[in-house]
Amino acid sequence: MKRNTLSASASDPFQGFLAAARTLPKIPTAIVILVFLTAICANLLTGMLLPEANQIDLRLRYTAPWPLQGSSPTHLLGTDRLGRDLLSRMIVGARNSLAVAVVAIFVAATVGTILGLIAGYLGGWADAVMMRCVDIMLSFPAILVALVFVVTIGASFWMVVTILALLLWAHFARLVRGEVLSWKERDFVALAKVAGASTPRIIVQHLFPNIFNSVVVLATLQIGWAIVVESALSFLGAGIPPPEPTWGNLVAEGRDVLDSAWWISVFPGLAIMLMVLSFNLFGDWLRDVLDPKLRQL
Amino acid sequence: MWKLFVTRVIQAIFTLWVVSGVVFFSARITGSPDLALMPPDALPEDRATFRAAYGLDKPIVVQYGRWLERVLHGDLGKGIQHKVPVVELIGPRLLNSLKLATVGVVMAVVLALPLGVVAAVKRGQLWDRIAMGVGLGGQALPSFWLALILVLLFSVHLKLLPATGMGTWKHYVLPGFTLGWFITAGATRLVRSSMLDVLDAEFVKLARSKGVAELWVVCKHALRNALISVVTFLGFMFGIVIASSITTETVFVWPGIGRLVFEALLVRDFPLIQGIVLIWSAIMIFLNLLVDLAYGLLDPRIRM
Repeated sequence: MKRNTLSASASDPFQGFLAAARTLPKIPTAIVILVFLTAICANLLTGMLLPEANQIDLRLRYTAPWPLQGSSPTHLLGTDRLGRDLLSRMIVGARNSLAVAVVAIFVAATVGTILGLIAGYLGGWADAVMMRCVDIMLSFPAILVALVFVVTIGASFWMVVTILALLLWAHFARLVRGEVLSWKERDFVALAKVAGASTPRIIVQHLFPNIFNSVVVLATLQIGWAIVVESALSFLGAGIPPPEPTWGNLVAEGRDVLDSAWWISVFPGLAIMLMVLSFNLFGDWLRDVLDPKLRQL
Repeated sequence: MWKLFVTRVIQAIFTLWVVSGVVFFSARITGSPDLALMPPDALPEDRATFRAAYGLDKPIVVQYGRWLERVLHGDLGKGIQHKVPVVELIGPRLLNSLKLATVGVVMAVVLALPLGVVAAVKRGQLWDRIAMGVGLGGQALPSFWLALILVLLFSVHLKLLPATGMGTWKHYVLPGFTLGWFITAGATRLVRSSMLDVLDAEFVKLARSKGVAELWVVCKHALRNALISVVTFLGFMFGIVIASSITTETVFVWPGIGRLVFEALLVRDFPLIQGIVLIWSAIMIFLNLLVDLAYGLLDPRIRM
């Protein structure tokens, strides 16, 4: 079935698009869009429809999720130890977690793509130096070193973004370099060279458009991973510092009261799982449609 | 083969050296250690004496050189919190972590190998769907959350298994499963996809057309070759085990090295953090090296 989609897309772009759209995984895509919209409108939602995420009300501590005993419909998913609304905190947490993941992926993809393009096209020592750096990055116990940095410099939004970007850029650089190596031998590049195009022009105008799809696919597939790592860092207290909620530090907050107030850990964790699962399924689909070569990734 | 060996070893040493530099200089970003080790109201003269006594008045590169020399002799200093040499502190904890990691890796091999093979052979059928489910689920479930859910289910509600500590075999079940789940998922996907590749290869078709029994074809011809790509995954697998052991051991209060690094981070015990990161990095880089070399032996094509 997938093969049909691909051959159709080669013959007629519009038909191909329709055929591809029909194989779109509907539920995962819907979840991704829904969570993104919620994250973007987080301030609107928590201000108008729901209580503020940091609004403390000690009388309502550990309210159970609705419709369990002692709950109220104003706190659908219950409240935490300070009486803050869990749903509101999860929505703001979605904004924080997604912002970190998306910004980090963007930075890593940009840096990795630029370095991969240059190294792949120029070859020689530039390539050798960069590939050694990539090798080192990939065998680096990066999570640990990241933790050291967090302790010395302090946790913040940009710290987490930097860490994730440092962990990820090597994957992009390696992918792009490999792609460039196969593209740069093609005739159209040779023609451009003969026509007098400069090196930057060849890279930007002729090579970059051809590798763009692969970068997008890898970025989508890596977002799930970035969300998981971000939440793990938050869980360890090395992510965005509280009281600002993230999915990871919400799970951590509920850890000590697991037997009495299970919902504080369970719902944010479910959110992480659903989001990552959806992103991966969506990424798999995107890969099949845009870039069947990458199926091995 | 020699050239591969030499370049990989040099690369591993270089990586370790980079790690040591990062570890040393990152600890100095916040200032000289005398700020942390001396009382805040210490006199400037006392500070100067202290700095001279510990060589802190020397240029930072010289300090790094002396530190590196001591590290190479196995002296990682003393922890600030426990006042015990870091090496003695890490040793027993590392052993505990390795026990747990072994459970996880054994689980991955025992589950992933048959599941991946059956999924590839019966492609598109029930077992394949289960294998794909395990693969996707493993990527999406954060290990710290899985750990909490397991505790909630088996310790709090069913009261079957202990939630924290170590002692009997029962203590190994939950943390071992948590640690193993992640790599089981990755390994299942990998075994399945490499089996699918190999089952399509010419020599497997030849074996089939010669009339070799299907079971024999799968087990001997296909599996043996599919395992090559699984070997490369091993190094990566240990990387994952190490990373997720921090959260897993924290949740289960397992007295391993992941829990130790978390405790050290909480009290900002720099010598201990440095020691753990260095030893851990060395193990990981060494494993990667072994995997690279094993791969070179198994697959002659990359012996260049």
